[in-house]
Amino acid sequence: MPYAKRHRLVRSAVALVLGTTALAACGSESADSETEAGPASLTYWTWTPGMDKVVDLWNKGPGKKDRITITVKKQASGDTLVTKILTAHKAGKAPDLVQAEYQALPTLVSNDALADISENVGDAKGSFADGVWQQTTLGTDAVYAVPQDIGPLMFYYREDLFEEYGLKVPTTWDQFAEAARKLKKAAPDKDLTTFSANDSGLFAGLAQQAGAKWWTTSGDQWKVSIDDAATQKVAKFWGGLVEEGAIDNQPMYTPAWNKALNTGRQIAWVSAVWAPGTLTTAAPETKGKWAMAPLPQWDASENRTGSWGGSSTAVTTDSKHQGAAAKFAAWLNTDSEALNALAKESGIYPAAQNAQTSGAFLKPPAYFSNQADFYTKAADIAETTAPSAWGPNVNVAYTTFKDAFGAAAKNKSDFGAALKKMQDDTVADMKKQGFGVAR
Amino acid sequence: MSSLTVPGAEPLAGSTPGTDRGRPPLRRRIALIPTVTLLLGAIYCLLPVAWVVIAATKSGRELFSTFTFLPGTGFAGNVRDLNAYRDGVYWEWMGNSALYAGLGALLSTCVSAFSGYALATYRFRGREAIFNVLLAGVLMPPVILAVPQYLLLAKADLTDSYLSVLLPQILSPYGVYLARIYAAAAVPADVVEAGRMDGASEWRIFTRIALPMMIPGMVTVFLFQFVAIWNNFLLPYIMLSDDEKFPITLGLFTLLEQGANTPALYTLVITGAFLAVLPLVALFLVIQRFWSLDLLSGAVKS
Repeated sequence: MPYAKRHRLVRSAVALVLGTTALAACGSESADSETEAGPASLTYWTWTPGMDKVVDLWNKGPGKKDRITITVKKQASGDTLVTKILTAHKAGKAPDLVQAEYQALPTLVSNDALADISENVGDAKGSFADGVWQQTTLGTDAVYAVPQDIGPLMFYYREDLFEEYGLKVPTTWDQFAEAARKLKKAAPDKDLTTFSANDSGLFAGLAQQAGAKWWTTSGDQWKVSIDDAATQKVAKFWGGLVEEGAIDNQPMYTPAWNKALNTGRQIAWVSAVWAPGTLTTAAPETKGKWAMAPLPQWDASENRTGSWGGSSTAVTTDSKHQGAAAKFAAWLNTDSEALNALAKESGIYPAAQNAQTSGAFLKPPAYFSNQADFYTKAADIAETTAPSAWGPNVNVAYTTFKDAFGAAAKNKSDFGAALKKMQDDTVADMKKQGFGVAR
Repeated sequence: MSSLTVPGAEPLAGSTPGTDRGRPPLRRRIALIPTVTLLLGAIYCLLPVAWVVIAATKSGRELFSTFTFLPGTGFAGNVRDLNAYRDGVYWEWMGNSALYAGLGALLSTCVSAFSGYALATYRFRGREAIFNVLLAGVLMPPVILAVPQYLLLAKADLTDSYLSVLLPQILSPYGVYLARIYAAAAVPADVVEAGRMDGASEWRIFTRIALPMMIPGMVTVFLFQFVAIWNNFLLPYIMLSDDEKFPITLGLFTLLEQGANTPALYTLVITGAFLAVLPLVALFLVIQRFWSLDLLSGAVKS
């Protein structure tokens, strides 16, 4: 796709959304203003725990030299933060820097909330895998954020129980389904895993692995392909397993789910690289009994994964010191001292490739002390991440997913119909917002 | 559950000695249904509270692995962890909540008392129009006003300040409505008239005569408003970005939503929620007695 065209598309989307209101004028005015030199005091909205300590390193080191001081204002993560940023942006009061999940970037950019920082952070590109960097450019020649952490999908399983029930670690999804059935036969009260209709991000990652591209552009129009063949394949696969009762249909991240993991009622989990942290609190009794393997593949000849989560550092158009803010964003996510501190204080898995196997990542996480090469393996898997394609209303797609798939999983009914609803609602919302949508 | 309802019903049936001795079975049947309904309602409301109380005593290890209503052993540890979390920021949130709710409810009660009394006592043009607008305000959920209020306060450069959370909550349509109804019922026109006849100024009549009569109603307004502000989430969420100004609701939310790669701090959130309920319970127990005051008795002979 031609870069310039895509860029224009984003711009026209902005114009459409904001129309001729004063807001548009307000937003572009501050975007065009030259970066002010001299001392800068910047605010940074982030949910990462321990970020204040990492920022201290900047304020005492490179920041002191450049007279750029960062103040962390800790926020709660999730879609609500995107709404909060957009509300603040409407009033021209967004902070200088924000943490944003990759799938939220198109929403923020189409509302003209994020500044193009390509001039200041262009050099950082080399530190990241292409698939990761592409998420921050939205396929244009602009750069809207610097990648911070990533969440490549992997397969986690109880090593001891797999052995007990004679299960093989699945390398393809067919083997995965077989393992689920075999376990159900051997121990009807146990499940290999569950399909959680609460976790849209996981489903999106699984579709991404299968090759789905939910949002693309053609000409000056968006194309929504949530209901494409790849995603249908994924939905049918999981829907089939739920329907035949081979896996559970209860949501993840509930006390009941924690208990199922902790007591070995569920013996595997399709999750991302950050799973050790979750397992530490969800299933403390099973420490050292888990192992990690690459995600099963659709075809034995393939080697791909999707991602679940991950976020970036972006500079807002409301910032009066965009250059200074971008400088900090680049330091935070590429400097080895900063990345070490991020790993130590915040437990994040860095997007920067050279950091994935150095410093804190030389040793496996404590929960996986039995798997010495955990992070080497993780870095290899991360490199196979399939490209993603996010659009301007991921939140709407995610909400519909929760409703439609929630009902389908509960009733063990057709996942295909749920997927169609997800597609229709997403398209309807984009049209309502004024985006041109091709069918 | 059935074992709970039976003893509950009995004292009520027995609490009507002497009356209608002829047909006690009928009365008993009538009393049984409401009693059972109320008891079920009470259980429905109290069960989650009991869960919070018990869960707050469990350590992280016990939380999801032991029986739900079996008390744990980790309460002291949980409080210690909560204390230590980011140098005791929890208590800062608690202090902020107390400030927002305490000062906000007090100011809101004052405004409600003034306007309620004025609407009830004076006749002036547009009185009903004002009252109808207020009624419409009662029907309007405060949630939908939060964003416009933010945009408004942003124009005045007041966002992310203590005032931004206090100001919008001072005018409570429901409080004014309640104050008017209460003033109309509790402050007889005769008393106001008598005060005027004796040469008291309007201000003096209000502060010395009407206000004392309105106290039970104002206590209600204060309590409602205190609880509403204490529990309010969306307004401070949109207004505040500095987490040292957060009230307890927002603070606990940030503990829960730490991003996917960080486990939610369940034990801290549960212990924090439990401790955050205590001031409300204490407030109700202390202020409750003002409701029983009957200042009206002896003021007018009718």
